[in-house]
Amino acid sequence: MALIMTVDDSASVRQMVSFTLKNAGHEVIEACDGKDALSKLSGPIKMVITDLNMPNMDGITLIKNVRANASYKFVPIIMLTTESQASKKQEGKSAGATGWVVKPFKPEQLLAVVKKVLR
Amino acid sequence: MSQDDINRQAFLEEANELLAELETALLELEDTPEDSELVDRVFRAMHTIKGSGAMFGFDDVAHFTHDVETVFDMVRGGDVPVSKELLDLTLGARDHILELLEDDTGKAAGSPQSKAIIAGLRNLSGMGSGTDSVERPEVAQDDSGDSDSVVTYRVRFKPEQGVFSSGTNPLALIEELTEMGMHQVVAHIENIPPLSELDPEDCHVWWDVVLATDKGEDGIRDVFIFVEDDCELMIQTIDKLGALENDTSYKRLGEILVERGDLTQDDLKGVLGEQKRLGDLLTEAGVVSEEQIQSALAEQHAVQSMRKVKKEQTTASSIRVAADKLDYLVDLVGELVIVQAQITQVAGEKSDQEFIELAEELERLTDELRDSTLSVRMLPIGSTFSKFRRLVRDLSDELGKKIELTTSGAETELDKTVIERLNDPLVHLLRNSIDHGIEPPEIRDAAGKPTAGTIFLSAEHAGGEVLITIKDDGAGMDSNTILAKGVERGLVPKDADLSDKDIFNLIFAPGFSTANKVTSVSGRGVGMDVVKRGIDALRGSIDVDSKRGEGTVITVRLPLTLAIIDGLQIKVEDEHYVIPLSLVEECVELMQTEEERAREQQVLNLRGDIVPYIRLRDWFTVPGIAPEIEQVVVTGFDGSRIGIVVDNVIGEHQTVIKSLGRVYRDVDGISGATIKGDGSMALILDVPQIIRTASASRI
Repeated sequence: MALIMTVDDSASVRQMVSFTLKNAGHEVIEACDGKDALSKLSGPIKMVITDLNMPNMDGITLIKNVRANASYKFVPIIMLTTESQASKKQEGKSAGATGWVVKPFKPEQLLAVVKKVLR
Repeated sequence: MSQDDINRQAFLEEANELLAELETALLELEDTPEDSELVDRVFRAMHTIKGSGAMFGFDDVAHFTHDVETVFDMVRGGDVPVSKELLDLTLGARDHILELLEDDTGKAAGSPQSKAIIAGLRNLSGMGSGTDSVERPEVAQDDSGDSDSVVTYRVRFKPEQGVFSSGTNPLALIEELTEMGMHQVVAHIENIPPLSELDPEDCHVWWDVVLATDKGEDGIRDVFIFVEDDCELMIQTIDKLGALENDTSYKRLGEILVERGDLTQDDLKGVLGEQKRLGDLLTEAGVVSEEQIQSALAEQHAVQSMRKVKKEQTTASSIRVAADKLDYLVDLVGELVIVQAQITQVAGEKSDQEFIELAEELERLTDELRDSTLSVRMLPIGSTFSKFRRLVRDLSDELGKKIELTTSGAETELDKTVIERLNDPLVHLLRNSIDHGIEPPEIRDAAGKPTAGTIFLSAEHAGGEVLITIKDDGAGMDSNTILAKGVERGLVPKDADLSDKDIFNLIFAPGFSTANKVTSVSGRGVGMDVVKRGIDALRGSIDVDSKRGEGTVITVRLPLTLAIIDGLQIKVEDEHYVIPLSLVEECVELMQTEEERAREQQVLNLRGDIVPYIRLRDWFTVPGIAPEIEQVVVTGFDGSRIGIVVDNVIGEHQTVIKSLGRVYRDVDGISGATIKGDGSMALILDVPQIIRTASASRI
C-alpha cells in the first residue's frame, strides 16, 4: 500500500478519489491545485494523480515541476483528462505523465490504473 | 447514507459554489470582456461541473454543460468573441444547470428552454445543430477481450530509452503481460553499453514474449496503453491452439527468425548450405545475435510445450481418486516433512558436506512434493456457490421475499476439507441474511430501497488466506438491542464501553443465542456461536459489521490449507515457537538497558513508523532474564502491525500443524503445535489474536 497524492480543484472529485484509494488501503495526500501540490510534495509519495485544468498552476506545469524534482523523477503520474482533451493528453505525456484516466471514471477504473502503474 | 449519496452530496455543494462563482465571473466579464483570466474561470467552472457531474450520476447536467464548455473553449482560443448574446445565453445556462441539479424527476432535461440555450450556443460556436449527444467517453480500461479461445502471440516490446522518465516501469508491464497466461520471456540485453558509458536512467533492455492467452490482441495492447506511442510494439499471432495439429513440433528456428524480420530468407539459405547446428552457424556468420537466437529458440520451446500441455489436457483431463486416499497422502507428506526437518538438522550438526547437500536436495524435493500434494486437494469454491443460488431462491420464495444472489471469485481455490466444512456455516449465515436481514418487499419499498434485496457472496485470496464475504443490503442490526441483550445475558458488564463492531461480534458469543430472536425487527443470533465454532475449527476467524437500515457484512477469513504451513521458528529461553511466515514482515534487533526496559513504552520506531510490540516472555510468563540484544519479529495482519519480542530467531521451518486438545483450545495466542526436527515440540502463535488482544489492552 502506498502514499498517493491527489490533485484536483474540485473538492468532490478529490473526495471521491481519496475515498476510493483509502478504501483500497492506500494513504492519500490531497492538494487543491498545482501550487498546493508542489508545496506538499515531500516524503515517500509513490504516485501522483492530477487534474489538468486547475487555477494557480495547471496540471501540465505541475507534472513538469514534479519531474524536475530529483526525488520524484520516476514517480508515476496519472492525469485526469476528459474525452475532449486529446491534445492535452499528448501535452501531458510530453511533460512526463505516465498515463491517464478519462473522466468520468468509476472507482474500479481508477483502482485498475493505480494497480497497473504501482506494481 | 451510502458512499454514493455522500459523494453526490459533496458534488451538489460544490456545484452550487461553482455556479455562484460562474455567475460572478460572467457578470465581471460583461464589464471587462477582454479579461482572459475571467474566461478561464468560466471555462474551469463549466469543466468541473461537467466532469464531476457525469461521475456522480448527473448525466443530464454533464450533457447540457458540454455545449457551454465547448463554446468557452473556443472563446479561450479566441475563435468566438465575448458578446452580450454569449453572456446572456451562458447566464441562462447557469440557471438551467441549477434547475437540473435540483430536479430529481428528470423533467427539466430536454425542456424547450434547454433546447433554446443549446441551439443559441451552437449558433455562436458555428457548430450548427449537429448531433445532440456528447461523444462517448473513451475509457482507458481493458476489455477482457472478445474471444475466449487461447491464442499464442509473439509480443516484442522495445521501450524508448527515456521510458523511465515518464514514471513507467517496463518490467511491470512485462509482469502484467505474464499474468495473462502461459508465457516465455526473453530479455534482450545486447544493447546495454559498457558500465563506463552506462546511463542508469536510460532503458537499454527490450523483450520478446511468447504468450498464450484468451484475452485477445486488444487485451495485450491494453497492457501497453500508456506507452503505445513511446515504444516499439509488435504483436503477432503465431499459433491458434484451438486448431491443434497432431504433432507437437513447431516452426523451425530459421522460419521463426525470418518471420520476425531478424533474418532474411537469402541469408538463411546461404547459411543452410553448411552443415552445423543452425543456431551456431547463424551466430558465427554474424547475421543474427546470440540473444536473437536464444529468443527464437525460447519461442520454439514455449509453443512446443504449450501444445504438449494442451494435448495432454485433451487426452487425460482428470482422474477420480477417493478422498481418503488423498487425506492419507497428505498425512504421509506431513510426516515426511517432519523427518526431512530432522535430517536437515542432523546434517547441520555433522557438518559433512556431502550429507548436507543430500539433505538440501531432499528439502527441495519435499517442498515440491508438499506443494503439489496440497494443490491436488485444492478445489474452486464455485460449486458451493452454485448450491447457494438454489437455497436463496427456494428460501426467498417461501418467505415471500425478493432476493438476488450475486457472487464473485467462484474460481478461488481452497482445501477440499475446508470447503466441505465451510458449507454448513455458510448456509447458516445465508439463511440468517435471508430470514432476518433482507426485509419483505413492502418494507423495503417504504424505506426507499429497491424491492428486491441483494446478497453478495464473494471469495478472494488475501495473503495466505481466503476471504469470504457475505454482504446483504437488508435492515442491518441494532447495536443497542444487541448490547442490552448482551448485558442481560451477562456477557458484558453493564457499564462496558464497546465499539459498534465489538457489540456486533457479541452475537457470536456462546450463550448469546437463544431460540428467541434478538428483536422482532432485526433478529440474528440463532446458532451464530455454532457458526463461529465451525469457523474456529478451520483456524479461521469471523467478523461482522452492520449499518442500521443499510445491511450487514460478514467476513470470514480462512487459511488456505489446514495441514502444512511455512513458519518462522523463534525461541524464548528454551522454549520454541513458530510464527506463520505469511504474517511475518521483517525481523529487527532491540537493544535496551535495564532502566529503559523499566520505563519503556513498548513501541518501536521502524523507519519512522510506530510499531507497538509485546514481549513473548511476558505473554507466556517465561521465567529467566532476557538477553541484552533481543529480536523483534514484526508481524502484520489485516492492516495492523505488531512486533513480537523474542530471544532468538532460528529460521524458516516447514510446519506440520497438529491441533491441540480441548483443554488448550482457549489458550490465548496459540493456534496449534508442531513437531520440530529434533522431535521436540513448538507452539504455533496465533498472531491475529495476539494483535487483537494487545490492541484491546492498549486502548
